[in-house]
Amino acid sequence: MKKEEDVSASSKANSFRSGPDERGRFGIFGGRFVAETLMPLILDLEKAYDEAKNDPDFHAELAHLNTHYAGRPSPLYFAERLTEHLGGAKIYFKREELNHTGSHKINNCLGQIQLARRMGKTRIIAETGAGQHGVATATVCARFGLPCVVYMGATDVERQKPNVFRMKLLGAEVVPVTSGSGTLKDAMNEALRDWVTNVEDTYYLIGTVAGPHPYPAMVRDFQSVIGDETKKQMLEIEGRLPDSLVACIGGGSNAMGLFHPFLDDDGVEIIGVEAGGHGIETGEHSASILGGSPGVLHGNRTYLLQDGDGQILEGHSISAGLDYPGIGPEHSWLNDIGRVKYVSATDKEALAAFQLCSKVEGIIPALEPAHAIAHVTKIAPTLPKDHIMVVCLSGRGDKDVFSVAAHLGVTL
Amino acid sequence: MSTRLDKRFAKLKGESRPAFVTFITANDPDFDFSLEILKGLPGAGSDVIELGMPFTDPMADGPAIQASSQRALKAGATMKKTLDLVRAFRAGDNDTPIVLMGYYNPIYHMGVPHFLEAAKDAGVDGLIVVDLPPEEDDELCEPALKAGLNFIRLATPTTDDKRLPAVLANTSGFVYYVSITGITGSATPETSKVAAAVERIKRHTSLPVAVGFGIKTPEQAKAIASAADGAVVGSAIVGAIADELDASGKPRAGAAPRVLALVRDLANGVHSAHARAAE
Repeated sequence: MKKEEDVSASSKANSFRSGPDERGRFGIFGGRFVAETLMPLILDLEKAYDEAKNDPDFHAELAHLNTHYAGRPSPLYFAERLTEHLGGAKIYFKREELNHTGSHKINNCLGQIQLARRMGKTRIIAETGAGQHGVATATVCARFGLPCVVYMGATDVERQKPNVFRMKLLGAEVVPVTSGSGTLKDAMNEALRDWVTNVEDTYYLIGTVAGPHPYPAMVRDFQSVIGDETKKQMLEIEGRLPDSLVACIGGGSNAMGLFHPFLDDDGVEIIGVEAGGHGIETGEHSASILGGSPGVLHGNRTYLLQDGDGQILEGHSISAGLDYPGIGPEHSWLNDIGRVKYVSATDKEALAAFQLCSKVEGIIPALEPAHAIAHVTKIAPTLPKDHIMVVCLSGRGDKDVFSVAAHLGVTL
Repeated sequence: MSTRLDKRFAKLKGESRPAFVTFITANDPDFDFSLEILKGLPGAGSDVIELGMPFTDPMADGPAIQASSQRALKAGATMKKTLDLVRAFRAGDNDTPIVLMGYYNPIYHMGVPHFLEAAKDAGVDGLIVVDLPPEEDDELCEPALKAGLNFIRLATPTTDDKRLPAVLANTSGFVYYVSITGITGSATPETSKVAAAVERIKRHTSLPVAVGFGIKTPEQAKAIASAADGAVVGSAIVGAIADELDASGKPRAGAAPRVLALVRDLANGVHSAHARAAE
């Protein structure tokens, strides 16, 4: 019954792109589940973002930074050898790994740092898992001379040492979080605790399309540059829209950025790939939609990994960037209404795709988009040669070289 | 409808005494010890009991209450056990109000109607759910009020006069004023600021106002209680429980009476304060 309500709520505007509603909801998902201390802050943020969104100067400044600092637009590249290798669909890569800092994360950070400056905030905090968002946040803080504190689970600090050092080089303070299980969700809890304590001067720069409204919509908007460019580039190259889109999903920001501009294009099939870990059936995975159920965490209602008593479970994935027990609320809604299809790829499949892409394309992908490529290797051979598919190559794999070597039993 | 909370605050007002509100986490460090403390709290001077529902991700809590939640979960805490504790307490005490405090997900996961029925049946009087601001009132607050439970809202230093009416609109039982911007058990509140904030809230509501977050000693408890209708202490009591655990996490012999002695000291601090002038 809830599903029907959702559909009618969105079809009012006859679009899949009109959400969220004024309460920050996508169907039943999203919302503002935060402590009272933070509520006035997120209302302020919503107001400031609404104003910025309607200010041409804000967009002009962001476009300038995207071009001259981040290196946009990122290329839409025909992966010729991968296409030949798989023998089916024509595969394009959206090259987000070529952005400054090596992933799509910079798109969101440049947008939010501009907003923080407009709001007169003088201190930036962020959470990070693998460290990509932490590095992107530390980067924009260095660029604008703002102090930056990054919360990172103690377990992740240990396994992502190069990124920790990178953040420190960029002038950020990295705080290892030992509470809970010492991973991304605990880092997010700790960032929220900082924010609730430093309400006057601090801006919380969330790294994905999750958290309380307006974060899911705002981060999506900043990441939509991925899909907007893809659309334009595809029309230039092929003279038509793609037949399918594939992207990996942890919190889901690169996927939402690619998907959102295409949601109302009926002919475009959209596929999100969750981290299947050791396999959904083993319980050791980070597939919130395929292996979780709706719940409330970190300010929003969404699919979560949880036990029978509503306690949050730890995710598992070979990729630290996908290792989060939740997913952006808009993805949860897109799943329930059936507009986007969610599938999973296991650690093993991602590792194989990581090596394949390196060998046949000369591109070492991050382990996160290797999950998307893994799914492509399953479906591309079954599709006709005139089927055009776009994969979001959300990050580069330099950061993963050491852990991949360890998984392959190679000592460096 | 007069609830146990309404009756308790009316009685205290009649005696010109501020309320001493105590917090412990259910099942910390295990069911039996938790029940022993719970049963001893009224005798040690607690007027209202907040019982924490353990959660893996207590975002508004400081290290002491985070650790208590983890101990409780490690010992197999569930919502059912939390409610069993309340039921066992109620068997011997039909007057002391019990308020469940925690986060929304375990309630949502159980199903709101099922939870409300079970809580009411166990003898719960009210709910404090940290991550449900008035913007989400239709989730739990409105159904809880309909079910005859009090819904106690947190007001904070960031809740300005414009927002205060919305925060107070569906609040019942009492108002919990969070004395600092921060997490539980962190900074110590300034009495003069708290007094001004309580006055401000009082201009908008006739409900009692209890103040918490950061009260650790009988002296602080007295100072805060003299500026409000009640003082809440949590982290200090939960910390005292932690101090009584041996290396294996089990309470040492005689732990409960020692924890309750600390509670009594705090209660004496609160009760030595003059109640606010009644209005």
